[in-house]
Amino acid sequence: MDTVKKLELQKIACKVRMGVIEGTFNAKSGHPGGSLSIADILTYLYFSEMKVDASRPDWEDRDRFVLSKGHTAPALYAVLAEKGFFSKDLIKTLRKPDSILQGHPSMRYTPGVDMSTGSLGQGISAAVGMALGAKLKNKDFRVYTALGDGEIEEGQVWEAAMFAGNKNLDNLVAVVDFNKLQIDGSLDEVNSPCPIDEKFEAFGWNVIVIDGHNFDEIENAFHAAKECKGKPTCIVANTIKGKGVSFMENECDWHGSAPKLDQYNQAMDELNKALAGLEA
Amino acid sequence: MADVMKCATRDAYGKALADLGDKRDDVIVLDADLAKATKTAVFKKAHPEKFIDCGIAESNMMSVAAGLSTIGYTVFASSFAMFSAGRAFEQVRNSIAYPKLNVKIGATHAGISVGEDGASHQCCEDIALMRSIPNMVIINPADDVEAFQAVHAAAEIEGPVYMRFGRLAVPRINSEDYQFELGKGVTLKDGKDVTIVATGLMVNEALIAADMLKADGIDARVINIHTIKPIDKDILVKAAKETGAIVTAEEHSIIGGLGGAVCEVLSEICPVPVLRLGVNDTFGRSGPAVELLKLYGLDAEHIAEKARQAVKLKA
Repeated sequence: MDTVKKLELQKIACKVRMGVIEGTFNAKSGHPGGSLSIADILTYLYFSEMKVDASRPDWEDRDRFVLSKGHTAPALYAVLAEKGFFSKDLIKTLRKPDSILQGHPSMRYTPGVDMSTGSLGQGISAAVGMALGAKLKNKDFRVYTALGDGEIEEGQVWEAAMFAGNKNLDNLVAVVDFNKLQIDGSLDEVNSPCPIDEKFEAFGWNVIVIDGHNFDEIENAFHAAKECKGKPTCIVANTIKGKGVSFMENECDWHGSAPKLDQYNQAMDELNKALAGLEA
Repeated sequence: MADVMKCATRDAYGKALADLGDKRDDVIVLDADLAKATKTAVFKKAHPEKFIDCGIAESNMMSVAAGLSTIGYTVFASSFAMFSAGRAFEQVRNSIAYPKLNVKIGATHAGISVGEDGASHQCCEDIALMRSIPNMVIINPADDVEAFQAVHAAAEIEGPVYMRFGRLAVPRINSEDYQFELGKGVTLKDGKDVTIVATGLMVNEALIAADMLKADGIDARVINIHTIKPIDKDILVKAAKETGAIVTAEEHSIIGGLGGAVCEVLSEICPVPVLRLGVNDTFGRSGPAVELLKLYGLDAEHIAEKARQAVKLKA
């Protein structure tokens, strides 16, 4: 990836992280940890990979994205707002009764949201349905989904993985946000789904393991996924929960709690400095 | 009565799907390794390219159906009622009904008339479960004629529909020129002393019960409620006003099904005595279907007895 493009993506990702903090702070609730860990991948998808048009959210031939880890909606909303699907001012209305930004993604409320999710394990199945439909209709759009590493403890994920493997859905990419933490503690302490790569391989997937905060590796992985024929691709993205906000990094308590005012100020200060560094 | 045509509503489901496939390009059918039993195999034979077997994974099937519908397909997803409404309840709620997606659930082998397979497969809770979900339309046809038309009606509307079909061959009560109208109850026999409100295979039993009641001097009205949600309030309120007592009859738990739905309407608009006949908050067991229906009191004799009691309760 050329440095100009990389710098641009890094700037956008930084703004997306600010959106996550802005949204969860104003909502006084939400899930910043996993939103920050998936922020770089979502930024890459919407600003480099996917064929989408913010002025036509229902465009029939667009690529689809399903946030199977629906609780990290703040990151998706921030990316969609940066992309122009709706005004960035709306980020502050997250989780409010009259907002188009529900606590978990709803395709009926929010332009650009391709599937309602939130109940873990269901989004990947819906993405599989979309990819299967594209094949049946001879459409060349691609389907992307992002799962949490804790989420893949759900049995339905493996029903979907088996089905997608058997149906040779090479137009489907599932990203596992491998940040190693879930609500009750580390994956190991709770119910580890590891080894994730070998499991997906056993279900007939092409598997690529990357650093999920490195845009070169992210780009190479999505390019390799496009080249792979006859198999769906799983990108296991090693990430840091809370990435970009020092006191949130690798702390599972930030899975589902919002920053208070002083924490909000510190987080925004850090992110503003990071952005200034990128713009210098 | 010996020459009465008998057919299972699941057979009509399979035929209707095949017919829809002939007429529409957007219809696609999913099953979870039960195609021969649910009769989606009839569709599969006619339109193999539009049939997808998802294997024994009903939860995944429901969410896959949701995904397919977002790109313009009218999706029929089939399994037994137990696994469609039961096992996959949350997928139906969150993946299908919440976003109001165009998925039709074809749930066969509902109720205790599943027979020998026994309680694990005899779903008597599905109407209650599906009724509690916003956006859901529920159809429980009385015979094959009604079932065939109901499938077409479900395909005509946008949004989720739960269709309940039986395994057992049941008598055909509707003529070939019958016109199914979604959401509209059907008065099959007028009467002034009591109204029997029935659904599914109990509609035929209700008609027999009304005949029996003539000997008691009771003139019973019989209404077929094929669409349980949204329910036809007008026909129920009219019956309550004109006959003063109601008996409901269904092959489903007395909790949360047709009986519950009728009570919810009448208690608020026109309170009259309502006696509910159904599976009495118990699990089923193995046995021949017809024997089980008698054993659990799901027959004309028991409906007639409830009707006599209901008449006595009138003010």
